[in-house]
Amino acid sequence: MKKGKASSYNLPAIILMLVLLMIWQAGAMKLDAAYILPSPLQIVQKLWDLREPLFKAHLPATMEVVGIGLAISVILGLGLAIVMDLNKNVEKALYPLIIASQTIPTTALAPLFVLWFGYGIWSKVLVTVLITFFPITITVFDGFKSVRTDMIELMQTFGADRRTIFIKLKMPAVLPYFFSAIKMAIPLSLIGAAIGEWLGAQSGLGYFSRRMMTQLDGAGVFAPILLLSIAAMVLVAVVGALEERFVHWRNE
Amino acid sequence: MSEAMLEFRDVSFTYPGDNKPTIDKLSFSLNKGEFVCLIGPSGCGKSTIFRLVNKLLTPDSGHIYVNGMDINEQKSYCGYMPQSDLLFPWRSVAANVRLPLEIRGGMSDAKMNDKVNEALENVGLGGLGNKTPSELSGGMRQRAAFARTLMTGCDLLLLDEPFSALDYLTRLNMREWLSEQWEHENKTILFITHDVEEAVFLSGRVLAADNYPISRLTTVPIPAEYPRTRATLEEAHMVEIREQLIEKLRKEHS
Repeated sequence: MKKGKASSYNLPAIILMLVLLMIWQAGAMKLDAAYILPSPLQIVQKLWDLREPLFKAHLPATMEVVGIGLAISVILGLGLAIVMDLNKNVEKALYPLIIASQTIPTTALAPLFVLWFGYGIWSKVLVTVLITFFPITITVFDGFKSVRTDMIELMQTFGADRRTIFIKLKMPAVLPYFFSAIKMAIPLSLIGAAIGEWLGAQSGLGYFSRRMMTQLDGAGVFAPILLLSIAAMVLVAVVGALEERFVHWRNE
Repeated sequence: MSEAMLEFRDVSFTYPGDNKPTIDKLSFSLNKGEFVCLIGPSGCGKSTIFRLVNKLLTPDSGHIYVNGMDINEQKSYCGYMPQSDLLFPWRSVAANVRLPLEIRGGMSDAKMNDKVNEALENVGLGGLGNKTPSELSGGMRQRAAFARTLMTGCDLLLLDEPFSALDYLTRLNMREWLSEQWEHENKTILFITHDVEEAVFLSGRVLAADNYPISRLTTVPIPAEYPRTRATLEEAHMVEIREQLIEKLRKEHS
């Protein structure tokens, strides 16, 4: 954006979104059953009415789960990617297990986590971690694999040992992959946190949405979800800006 | 006879899984301060010779000496410049040139920067150190890569087809430029190419890899004074040498 490109506003996408919202609005008004299909304006109205509990209690609760879960996932994912890159045998042992772990339907198991870890924060963190560590691990590991052999060899001819090659070549080379991984993981982490809260919690956007469901408040179900996607977009934009700043060489 | 800078003694090498060796009991040597081109068709094993010298490959038998010492007993004895410049896109041009100094260590930041600036000045990239590699043209990138190779501080330089990816006119300029650099820097250069004209222009003698597996290298002296120009290549005896070399390599290739 600082490069002054005119493409920072995607006009066709904005128009399409407005048209879709208008169709939704018209359809909802015609159906006139807000408990099944609330209109966009009703949702926004609800978001405004409920701003106190949503922004003061439930958004912070969800963001706490997201923050802790993402932090654990980043540490776990980077750690796994690094040990797999360092040692071929570790890669052979871990890689299939990591792939297999993704066939487990985490959402279906989540109720068990609530039994194991209670209604507190950790059952939600676990769901978040299980959903997000995989894209981080695999994307960063692919990044390590993509480091050009001829660059590694060049470093060797300069007399670099493995540690130097890791710090001066592999770490910077993997940075674009790392940012991609984080951008993929953020929406997933919000979904993970919401699922966890949906199944059993005392606060959080997922919990709030479910409570509104039991009260047949359609707009109240949607409002926290709208907030959830806005949070995801803001976070991705922040990471995107950081990426712009640190990875000026992408696509070279 | 002057002292040998690089010497191969009965070196053999077979790639794992091949039933024929690529290099078979090869012996040859380079004198200090020579500019020698190693020429041969693609895939004949020229690059294997380089990889053996810089220890990316280990010979099955035989010995390689640099400066009279077995390479297995030394570190940082040759500077290698690959075919593509391999400048790291996340580093500035100056930081790229600095890389070998950083790896070797034991030099203050200020001293490294001084050396880098001097080297950039020498290769005609003075003041461009803060640019990113993508902001340079192909020829400039190769000059930066050459400066980086010089930073290894080694007297023996191995250049692996460094100009093959450049357009024709840039290539003509670059080889004249490299010839000048060699006269200034007092280095021994082994230069791989499959371009006969380039080889004849640059080197004091050409080593032709005209047999497979490589068991000997045919030496062809190039009797012309430096500095050379494009006109040098048009002289009758130079044309003749060039034609002979092409004939030799074609016969072997078919």
